[in-house]
Amino acid sequence: MLGLNSKDFRLLLLVAALALLAPFILNPFPADSAMAQFNAGYPDLMQRFVIFGVFAIGFNILFGLTGYLSFGHAAFLGVGSYSAVWMFKLLSMNVIPAILLAVITAGLFALLIGYISLRRSGIYFAILTLAFAQMSYALAYSVLTPVTGGETGLQLALDDPRVLGAAQSAQGNIPVPGLFGLEMRDAAQLNLGDWVFTFSAGYYFSAVVMLIAFYLSIRIFRSPFGMMLRAVKSNQQRLNYTGLNARPYTLAAFVISGMYAGLAGGLMAAMDPLAGAERMFWTASGEVVLMAILGGVGTLIGPVLGAGLIKYMENIISKINADILHSWFAFLPDGLEDFIVSIMYPFIGKGWHLTLGIIFMAVVIFLPGGLVEGGQRIARLFRRRKSGEAAKDDDAKQSTVAE
Amino acid sequence: MDAIILQILNGLDKGSAYALIALGLTLIFGTLGVVNFAHGALFMIGAFCAVTLSKLLNASYTTIDESRTDFLGNPLKVEQPYVIDWFGPEVGAAIIDWSVPLAILFAIPVMILIGVIMERGLIKHFYNRPHADQILVTFGLAIVLQEIIKFYFGANPIPTPAPDAFTGSFDFGQVIGFDANQIIYPYWRLVYFAFAAVIIGAVFAFLQFTTFGMVVRAGMADRETVQLLGINIDRRFTIMFGLAAAVAGLAGVMYVPINPPNYHMGMDFLVLSFVVVVVGGMGSLPGAVAAGFLLGILESFASMGAVIDLLPGINQIIIYLVAIIILLTRPRGLMGRKGVMEE
Amino acid sequence: MSKSHLTRRGLLKTSAIAGAGVAMPTIFTASSASAFTNEPTGGTVTLGFNVPQTGPYADEGADELRAYELAVEHLNGGGDGGMMNTFSSDALQGNGILGKKVEYVTGDTQTKSDAARASAKSMIEKDGAIMITGGSSSGVAVAVQALCQEAGVIFMSGLTHSNDTTGKDKRANGFRHFFNSYMSGAALAPVLEANYGSDRKAYHLTADYNWGYTTEEAIVSSTEAMGWETVNTVKTPLTQTDFSSYIAPVLQSGADVLVLNHYGGNMVNSLTNAVQFGLRDKMVNGKQFEIVVPLYSRLMARGAGENVKGIFGSTNWHWSLQDEGSKAFVKSFGEKYGFPPSQAAHTCYVQTLLYADAVERAGSFQPCAVVEALEDFEFDGLGNGPTLYRAEDHQCFKDVLVVKGKENPQSEFDLLEIVEKTPVDQVTYAPDHPQFAGGSLGTCNNGG
Repeated sequence: MLGLNSKDFRLLLLVAALALLAPFILNPFPADSAMAQFNAGYPDLMQRFVIFGVFAIGFNILFGLTGYLSFGHAAFLGVGSYSAVWMFKLLSMNVIPAILLAVITAGLFALLIGYISLRRSGIYFAILTLAFAQMSYALAYSVLTPVTGGETGLQLALDDPRVLGAAQSAQGNIPVPGLFGLEMRDAAQLNLGDWVFTFSAGYYFSAVVMLIAFYLSIRIFRSPFGMMLRAVKSNQQRLNYTGLNARPYTLAAFVISGMYAGLAGGLMAAMDPLAGAERMFWTASGEVVLMAILGGVGTLIGPVLGAGLIKYMENIISKINADILHSWFAFLPDGLEDFIVSIMYPFIGKGWHLTLGIIFMAVVIFLPGGLVEGGQRIARLFRRRKSGEAAKDDDAKQSTVAE
Repeated sequence: MDAIILQILNGLDKGSAYALIALGLTLIFGTLGVVNFAHGALFMIGAFCAVTLSKLLNASYTTIDESRTDFLGNPLKVEQPYVIDWFGPEVGAAIIDWSVPLAILFAIPVMILIGVIMERGLIKHFYNRPHADQILVTFGLAIVLQEIIKFYFGANPIPTPAPDAFTGSFDFGQVIGFDANQIIYPYWRLVYFAFAAVIIGAVFAFLQFTTFGMVVRAGMADRETVQLLGINIDRRFTIMFGLAAAVAGLAGVMYVPINPPNYHMGMDFLVLSFVVVVVGGMGSLPGAVAAGFLLGILESFASMGAVIDLLPGINQIIIYLVAIIILLTRPRGLMGRKGVMEE
Repeated sequence: MSKSHLTRRGLLKTSAIAGAGVAMPTIFTASSASAFTNEPTGGTVTLGFNVPQTGPYADEGADELRAYELAVEHLNGGGDGGMMNTFSSDALQGNGILGKKVEYVTGDTQTKSDAARASAKSMIEKDGAIMITGGSSSGVAVAVQALCQEAGVIFMSGLTHSNDTTGKDKRANGFRHFFNSYMSGAALAPVLEANYGSDRKAYHLTADYNWGYTTEEAIVSSTEAMGWETVNTVKTPLTQTDFSSYIAPVLQSGADVLVLNHYGGNMVNSLTNAVQFGLRDKMVNGKQFEIVVPLYSRLMARGAGENVKGIFGSTNWHWSLQDEGSKAFVKSFGEKYGFPPSQAAHTCYVQTLLYADAVERAGSFQPCAVVEALEDFEFDGLGNGPTLYRAEDHQCFKDVLVVKGKENPQSEFDLLEIVEKTPVDQVTYAPDHPQFAGGSLGTCNNGG
């Protein structure tokens, strides 16, 4: 189906189902319950999940297939965001041209950086990409302020010279990005008893883009090109000895992966028309590396899971404060309540970094293949139990027969 | 001319901090083959050893001074350090004053212990894992260490001054024949430079002239052969990890009077020290030191007003620009060995 | 299926009740029924406190959060009422806002514009916050202000000092109580002239980003107006930690004053380094060498320790002020937390009170009504003397404090002493002043 084998097609269907039903899956708790704190089904976070998913999928094409660790991938995301916002400022509020430009500029930027950086391998390559990204960040934050907005980021203004489309909305506000009239922030709501589900236009737009990106990445993984990239990872020297030049392949992977990052950057700008220089800081590049490793390097779905986990922690755990803790444990006797709250307090709210660090360590210690490995282990456990039961049944039958 | 001499001094000073951190990082790369993203955190913990000691020495009891009031109008509480009671006002004050140099003695055992625990408890299990896993686990560890420090000491920088004897600056220009105030340099920074030189020299001497060092160097070159010779190289590498941690920690202790420490100072240095190590060449100790000083000096030159006027923003990117140029002209950095971390 | 902008939980609660018991899952709410974003319909109203909880400004954020919690307590009638008792407007009754109990949600800006917007969005979309406030940098303030404008909620900025927040990046839904770079320059210049004379050569080190630029511009123009000469201005990278290579050449330049246009960690380190180099012990051009820090905060002064002694700077508010409002605030904050509040805490507390009061006076939570109530609002009793919220740019105009690092501090909080209260007339400027040129408020947005 769609040029995929049945296993990959099932994976794609699964991801599609998860993405389309995300507003339900991510909102498992009633809106007014104490556990609603853990609901992640609001537009902004859902958008972030899929956008960082795109970013991580693209990063995985480079890192997972070729083994080249780029430590400056956030630069492409930043460049993509800036291009998209400039497109909003100058051309129109339609997201399509903005995202196209984001992908193209990120691709060109990746071509330039990749051409230079891929002359080295291993950690030397990583440091070259890091150096380029850090230079982009430093310049965008300071001397390039007229182009990038510097500290405050590049934003839309009321006097933007928009060629196609009005500078201001009818109410005198800055118009919002949209897709042929459908505004990205439009949303519809469904109330089911105590549950509230939000369906955001922006989210579904991003989700569709993510599904296309995911589909393309499966095709790349399964193509002869993907095979060649894997060959680069397993033994580049041997590849060279067979007379093949690996550079064009790795460069192509680098540019593709840079374009994915640009796509993610463009989507971010489309959901929220602001581009800040921090998007290019080394911690942002490090974050996507962590997403890929956390989820499972080289697996198709892993990086998306890693991206989801990190963004969930950042947005949900950081918002829990002492008051909320007290309300959860209010049913306990006072002393016990205070005790439990004081134990949990360092890990929530401003301590969300601590929880994140512990999760990083726990995953890599106990699940060497990342979250995907965890999933596989659980699946194996079930399968074994099932087959074990089946075998027992067989035994029982046999023994009865024997009697 | 005087401006150039001044910036060379600056560069040596900056470079000594880079070189010390990079030295420890390279020791760990070279011996254990581990990418240690927690190295910056070790530097930071070293700095907080100095803060902790200074707080311990300042441990005090409160007395109430009825004659003065605090901001709420209550009688003012006056803190009286125990040290002053025990040793008398003069000796006590001197001990508090010298808390940073004293912290060296405090930090060495603490840092070696932390290093050994880290290696035995965690890093050991990651020798044969991909570098990606090493990055994730050490980065996670760095965050955890950082957050623990933040939990106890807060996020604000904590001023921890050098002894009074070292305040002020040395008029270097007058010594070599310039006018007064043209080339001045703070005493403590000169101390830092000298200290770094001693530590670097000691590490090299240790590796070069002791049997232990010889075995370690052999192990860095070819671990398997050394093991086949019946030598327990693992134990020695553990000690080297402790040593690397101590070097990072001491760099941190002595850095405290230069800039007040805060919990994220390690992360600020982390990326820079990786760049230094790689520019120096993977697995090369002299390379790491040379790169540290080179980048320090170039960074100082790039921050001169005349240079910035000529090339706006150059001070923002100089280190990375130099790193790119060096890596493109010298494939393995300044003194890197073939085949180390290249795959 | 009807369209709506952003979620509103308040509304949902009622519609959920209406829909409860209906088994068929087909109830899409027609949220156009509500007039504005997140209209509170139940017995509570939710405010969003968006402060840095991680990163270098975490301690400042923590202090802001304490102030917000105190403000909520006072608004709900708890505690001793703090500045509500000294506030010139008596619309606030201590029964919440418009009779609704005040609840709040907190978030982490990480002092990054992206993260701050994500956090603010989740407050608006998920928690139904009607007003967002907080922050500890101008980058974040500008970014979140624009977001609130777009979403149709009110933004009451926390600590933000750049001219741009109420200059080229001003928004109709955003309000700033804190002072700005221009005011710092205008307030400092006369004090500097009185203390250091009008014949001085200044050397500026400036943080290389928007706030640094506006501060440098403000200080340069106001000091040059009184006769100082600017020898050199050098930009320093935000990520710089060691400023030695920027400070060392200062003496060679022949300057006799060093102005550090730095904030936070940058300022702590650059001031420490400058004192380390012994600059303050030097005599240049026959005058004592001096250092000036345009924007002071107590947390920074704490970080720099002994080095702040005798150094001039400006601040929005200080706990040692002796007016009734300040005393009441210091008392209730100090009794609750055990130490005096910082200027960041003060501005956040005041902003919360001002918002609540505006809602009471407007009789509605509707953002445009609140904007109208705040515009050209004159008040007193909140610690800064008579203050005006100017309609043209949503900036507060009030006295500015010039402070100096204290020589003999009594406690770890007693680091600054007030040198002068620069009267409001001296720091007032025209809305179209060149340092604030460009940008426009636009129209208020109700969202919905």
